[in-house]
Amino acid sequence: MSINEIQDELIAEFSMLTDWVDKYEYLIQLGKDLPPIDPQYKTDDHLIKGCQSKVWLHAELKQDGKIYFTADSDAIISKGLVSLVIRILSGHTPEEIAKADLYCIDRIGLKEHLSPTRSNGLVSMIKQMKLYAIAFQSQLKHA
Amino acid sequence: MNTLSTISAFTYQHKRIADYFPALQQKVYGQPLIYFDNAATTQKPQTVIDAIARYYSTINSNVHRGVHYLSQLATEASEETRRRVARFIHARYAHEIIFTRGTTESINLVAYSYSKAFLKPGDNVVISAMEHHSNIVPWQIACEDHGATLRVIPMNERGELLLDELDHLVDEHTRMLAITWISNSLGTVNPVREIIEKAHQLNIPVLIDAAQAAPHMPIDVQAIDCDFLAFSGHKMYGPTGIGVLYGKEEWLDRMPPYQGGGEMIKSVRFEKTEYNDLPFKFEAGTPHIEGTVCLQAALDFLESLPLADAFAYEQQLLEYATRQVSQIPGLRIIGQAAEKASILSFIIEGTHPYDVGVLLDKMGIAVRTGHHCTQPVMDFFGIPGTVRVSLAVYNTPAEIDRLTSCLDKALSMLK
Repeated sequence: MSINEIQDELIAEFSMLTDWVDKYEYLIQLGKDLPPIDPQYKTDDHLIKGCQSKVWLHAELKQDGKIYFTADSDAIISKGLVSLVIRILSGHTPEEIAKADLYCIDRIGLKEHLSPTRSNGLVSMIKQMKLYAIAFQSQLKHA
Repeated sequence: MNTLSTISAFTYQHKRIADYFPALQQKVYGQPLIYFDNAATTQKPQTVIDAIARYYSTINSNVHRGVHYLSQLATEASEETRRRVARFIHARYAHEIIFTRGTTESINLVAYSYSKAFLKPGDNVVISAMEHHSNIVPWQIACEDHGATLRVIPMNERGELLLDELDHLVDEHTRMLAITWISNSLGTVNPVREIIEKAHQLNIPVLIDAAQAAPHMPIDVQAIDCDFLAFSGHKMYGPTGIGVLYGKEEWLDRMPPYQGGGEMIKSVRFEKTEYNDLPFKFEAGTPHIEGTVCLQAALDFLESLPLADAFAYEQQLLEYATRQVSQIPGLRIIGQAAEKASILSFIIEGTHPYDVGVLLDKMGIAVRTGHHCTQPVMDFFGIPGTVRVSLAVYNTPAEIDRLTSCLDKALSMLK
């Protein structure tokens, strides 16, 4: 599925959840379902700056030319948010990730997590994933 | 859970005090707003909001230099605030009141100017383990600039300073003791009178960070005999961007200016500039005139409550809140000092403060989560942060009850 197809799927899933409690319970569940990160990547080098909670993110460019992300957080809502973004971006090429427009965040009712305040991690998470994508992009170009 | 309160909401002229605060009448996410982030900033009563509009509708003009009518009115209103603040904290002279942008700038002013005059290599500055970053970093910078060292008074698990340690920490090279009156992350009320007395026996001047104290307790700078005291207008129902530095005349006179510019000079020649007298020596540039003038409205409001009644009410509310949240399983209060005021910090087993804060927000309750600009305090307790409920006079026992039921709801979602 393309990045936008996944986003549309998420919009459809979240549209079933009418009130905020259901949405956050779903987000918490996404956090719980996030596959664990390899403990060797749970270091300060892998922390995303700009989150009030700790969010570790690891990116790997595999043989298939696609980036695979793994992550963890000490806060379950942050973990749910990072899980959500991983579902959208992981398994795509650096180019696709770098130019992705994450329009679904607003549409699924998590807009308040997009304000670029220091307590909020979502903007930093997306930015960090795109930075990885851009770094891998230039690595591939020079390879 | 027992939700019966023996106290009722604070009333003022037969109305709930919250009714005087327009921002508190709002709904957020469809829920009535409950505002528990008062240690960060308080909401403003209508009288303060009106004063701001009135200032710009009438006497707005630049102060001090003008010969014209409006400038004289604005100058007089500013200087009246200075006298008013001096009375509020019982300073000897109005010129011991310096207007700043807030507590942070007040402390930076002292850390810069005092240290430039008095701090030498080999000297030390003593602070405490529960200081806000604003009362740590300026002193770290000053120590680095002047070859001095920073020493820290430790605290115990309840969040009380170990004052016996003070005797070992201070010596003949200690040039300043800078300490908070009320901890913004723990709520601890420090025995400042006793600390200042000890310091003065060794001729060490003391700066008191009163950012959290000014809105919640009576302040008498002559009674406690502090040398400097700093606080912010916006944490005591006043405008943002206006703060106060009180300094004893004998210290301020011997300190060089903090910033150069207009108003702080007597005469300027390229060879040599002669500085103005107190307080203007420390007030370079056009000040925050509107904030200064309208700080008066905030003091009027506080004093009309009257102060003593408001503070007694807040204390009862804090005790009630402490009792109620303590019944939540797994909840641990961070900061259990014998003397506390207005601040209730906690963590709940198995949850991150951020998660709790996000869910409370969705239920209309504004709390602060994180380290509250006191990272060393969080490191001491080995926690990433706390959920902080900070109270003001307009908060009610019913709001505390709503907090506990919303905490129950949040926990059921998180576990």
